Amino acid sequence: MQAVRSFFDSDLWWSFTRNPVTVVSAIVAAICIGGAVLAPWIAPHNPFDLASLQLLDAFKPPAWDADGERTYLLGTDDQGRDVLSAIMYGARVSLLVGFLAVVMSVTIGVTAGLVAGYMGGTVDAVLMRIADIKLTFPTILIALLIDGIVRAALPRDVHDQIALYVVIFAIGFSNWPSFARTVRGSTMVERNKEYVQAARVIGLGRGRIMLTHVLPNVLGPVLVIATLQLGFAILAEATLSFLGVGVPPTQPSLGTLIRIGNDFLFSGEWWITIFPGVALIVLVLSVNLLGDWLRDALNPKLR
Amino acid sequence: MPDMIPAADTRPMLETQDVARFFDVSRPLIQRLLAGEGKRMLRAVDGVSFSIPKGTTLSLVGESGCGKSTVARLVVGLYRPTRGTVIFDGQDLAQARADSTQRRRMQMIFQDPYASLNPRWRVRDIIAEPIRAFGLLKTDAEIEARVAELLTHVGLSPLDGQKYPHEFSGGQRQRISIARALSSNPEFLVCDEPTSALDVSVQAQILNLMKDLQRELGLTYLFISHNLAVVRQVSDRVGVMYLGRVVELAPAETLFTTPRHPYTRALMEAIPDLDMTGRQRIPVGGEVPSPINPPSGCPFHPRCPLANDRCRAELPQLIPARDTPEAVVACHAVEEGRDGGPMPGVALAETGAAVAAS
Amino acid sequence: MSNTRPLLEVRNLRVEFPTRRGTLVALDDVSFDIHPGEVLGVVGESGAGKSMTGAAIIGLLEPPGRIAGGTISLAGRRIDNLPYKEMRTVRGREIGAIFQDPLTTLNPLYTVGRQLVETMTTHLPIGPGEARKKAIEWLELVGIPAAAQRIDSYPHEFSGGMRQRVVIALALCAEPKLIVADEPTTALDVSIQAQVIALLKTLAREKGTSMMLVTHDMGVIAETADRVAVMYAGRIAEIGAVRNVVKHPSHPYTIGLMGSIPPISHRLERLQQIEGSMPRLSAIPKGCAYNPRCPHVFDRCRSERPELIPARDTQAACWLYDPASGTQAAEVRADA
Repeated sequence: MQAVRSFFDSDLWWSFTRNPVTVVSAIVAAICIGGAVLAPWIAPHNPFDLASLQLLDAFKPPAWDADGERTYLLGTDDQGRDVLSAIMYGARVSLLVGFLAVVMSVTIGVTAGLVAGYMGGTVDAVLMRIADIKLTFPTILIALLIDGIVRAALPRDVHDQIALYVVIFAIGFSNWPSFARTVRGSTMVERNKEYVQAARVIGLGRGRIMLTHVLPNVLGPVLVIATLQLGFAILAEATLSFLGVGVPPTQPSLGTLIRIGNDFLFSGEWWITIFPGVALIVLVLSVNLLGDWLRDALNPKLR
Repeated sequence: MPDMIPAADTRPMLETQDVARFFDVSRPLIQRLLAGEGKRMLRAVDGVSFSIPKGTTLSLVGESGCGKSTVARLVVGLYRPTRGTVIFDGQDLAQARADSTQRRRMQMIFQDPYASLNPRWRVRDIIAEPIRAFGLLKTDAEIEARVAELLTHVGLSPLDGQKYPHEFSGGQRQRISIARALSSNPEFLVCDEPTSALDVSVQAQILNLMKDLQRELGLTYLFISHNLAVVRQVSDRVGVMYLGRVVELAPAETLFTTPRHPYTRALMEAIPDLDMTGRQRIPVGGEVPSPINPPSGCPFHPRCPLANDRCRAELPQLIPARDTPEAVVACHAVEEGRDGGPMPGVALAETGAAVAAS
Repeated sequence: MSNTRPLLEVRNLRVEFPTRRGTLVALDDVSFDIHPGEVLGVVGESGAGKSMTGAAIIGLLEPPGRIAGGTISLAGRRIDNLPYKEMRTVRGREIGAIFQDPLTTLNPLYTVGRQLVETMTTHLPIGPGEARKKAIEWLELVGIPAAAQRIDSYPHEFSGGMRQRVVIALALCAEPKLIVADEPTTALDVSIQAQVIALLKTLAREKGTSMMLVTHDMGVIAETADRVAVMYAGRIAEIGAVRNVVKHPSHPYTIGLMGSIPPISHRLERLQQIEGSMPRLSAIPKGCAYNPRCPHVFDRCRSERPELIPARDTQAACWLYDPASGTQAAEVRADA
């Protein structure tokens, strides 16, 4: 309770309320995320329930169009699935992939950065060279590579089952160096501070000093990068799915929806691809704006 | 209880024998090969020997880069010596550091009260950390009681344990640092410029507190400072350092009434005169040379008014000074009697107050 | 000196910092003069407002700080409300500034010669050739060896003490009437401090430049200043001739401050100390800001705020020296 009260009394909350763009982004992001997470309960239709699909309802335009129907607010696709519901379920997949990918990047990156920054010397040199090499490969290329290997190595049905995790791994593995570099930099500053030396005088072990003293003091920037990376991870997933190497079509993400709808764009059924696209832009933009604000709010120089 | 083991009493708390610490400041290997240059060593400490009897205070003074803070870190084991040995209560320091019952007997107080406390921890956890690390008390209730006692001892309220460091002023934070250092019941405290970041009125509070604690708990201090006036208030003996070496080591009274080494005299001469006697000071010229390329012979010779050919060629050793043998001085001029003998420390003895610029 | 017109007149200066928790008053009702050729020392502990006073005069208050009241006049002309561009000319031409860290003043990308020449050609009616000759003269004057060669060096090629000498040359080369020096020797070693203080003193005297010397170090003030203002919690607690303030202070804060300086001439069993610490700007006590720490506090101190009034040899903001405070104050005064 006291933690909640002190949060609303903090400078962070104050700077948040003074920033209209941030407040709007937060509300939009909350709607997107809320809609995605609660999709099974609040979506008007279940697009994956084959029994409820009616091919007669295929290619219905949005509700405000003369041919539209009220139950399909944003129209339907080629199989009669409700686009709005598909977006909500798709955003769920996109967010899950993005979130887990970021968690993976943070875990690898923070560990590597903390160890490299605290130990220095050879350990530091080796870890950072690996990060440098990693940075020279674009995310998409790595993801395509991993996906290709998994596809070639595993039978198709197994691959479909684990495809989601392959995407998460591919994206998560390609983004860790940015966390590692930031954490390493902050760690090198904190390591030389006198509170760390005081802990060394007592004789605490390296691991314990890193975890209890250094880690809590280097996490601020990690939060900022993680928020920004969530946007990138969602986009990366959408790109991969658009290219057809992402999540399987049985669990369509926003990127998959855009790809499927793309086929109908020029035949006049624009809503099938445009609405998932808009949803993707709104989601990523609101998350990124929040990340930008967080970066400025936590930067003592700009305060 | 020191009086239960009388044999240990005569043993110094800490002794250093020809301790040196060099830092490799070479450029990265590839650049070095391209530029065709060798390794560059910064000789931060280059052969320092002293001992601190139990219950007394030895101070090391000198300007920035003289190696005094490196000595502080060497004697608590934050650095390993490149050469020489540190002996803690009759035992090699590395051995003593490996044994937690010995390790808890030494603690350190740092200069910057804003960097020496973990900003994410509550004060009670900061102070309790050594107690927990050494397993000195078992239950949370015992630890809480001990933290409250320590806070009271350093002049804070037990309620302050709930707060975070940023809620305190610089002087209060230094009190918290002292409480943390005392929490493992140490006998030996290394104090690295403990008051130089504080305002003068707060500095007086902290110095008084440290003197009280020494008297009550029988502590031994190694006190590092650049401020001669502060050093005079707390020390039993004083070592003056220049470019990684001790150039003069003497009982405090002797050092301040009859400074012998030309550098010690120059330091005293440099202190602004608060008594406003209108005395014209003659500041020593030049600046401290780089410890990467120290001058040949006596390191002070480029700035010394008494320097001659021998000073430029031969490194002077610390030997008892003529006329004031309780002081050891590394100076050819003093050894040869070219310094004009002992003279009062820049007329300070009779004129009263003066202050070191901090 | 007092019958000439002051060079700098600061009247009722008030500086505020708007924050989310209300407006903090960093300087309140600060008034003083600096006469031509005079060195005024401004001394106080961290947070007393001494650096803020200097920053307000040179127009470099850090935002969101702002001058909320009072006036600052240089040679009879108000400078507290000048537009930014005009203030920049005043800052180079009429007021020179020296800061604690020489690296904040020197541009690391230009040679010191170029910076000196630029300053002089901007503010003085001379050409680049003559300015370069003068730049070498200035570097010699501040004690840079081999000035003719060193003029083409970059700031990082100088040691800390030498850099501060370059900054002094830079502050003085446009021949300003006033120098504001904020902790000019604090970052330097003791032996270098003495050299820089001696240099500042000689140059100010030779050029007839006035100086406002902001420092926490009473020793530097005692050696350099003609008059001293002692600041506490954003106000001037005591002001007077340096000898009187140092040797016969009147305000209990100044007495405490002087007493807490450790002497080098002898060892004291206990140092005098002032209990507590300076209040934060957000919690300045009612009445006299010093009253919770003052050993002589009486009722009036807790309710009414004292103004600077004549007190023995100086001016002090202390009710002890107001005859209207009655017998209680007189008794304390007799003791003090």
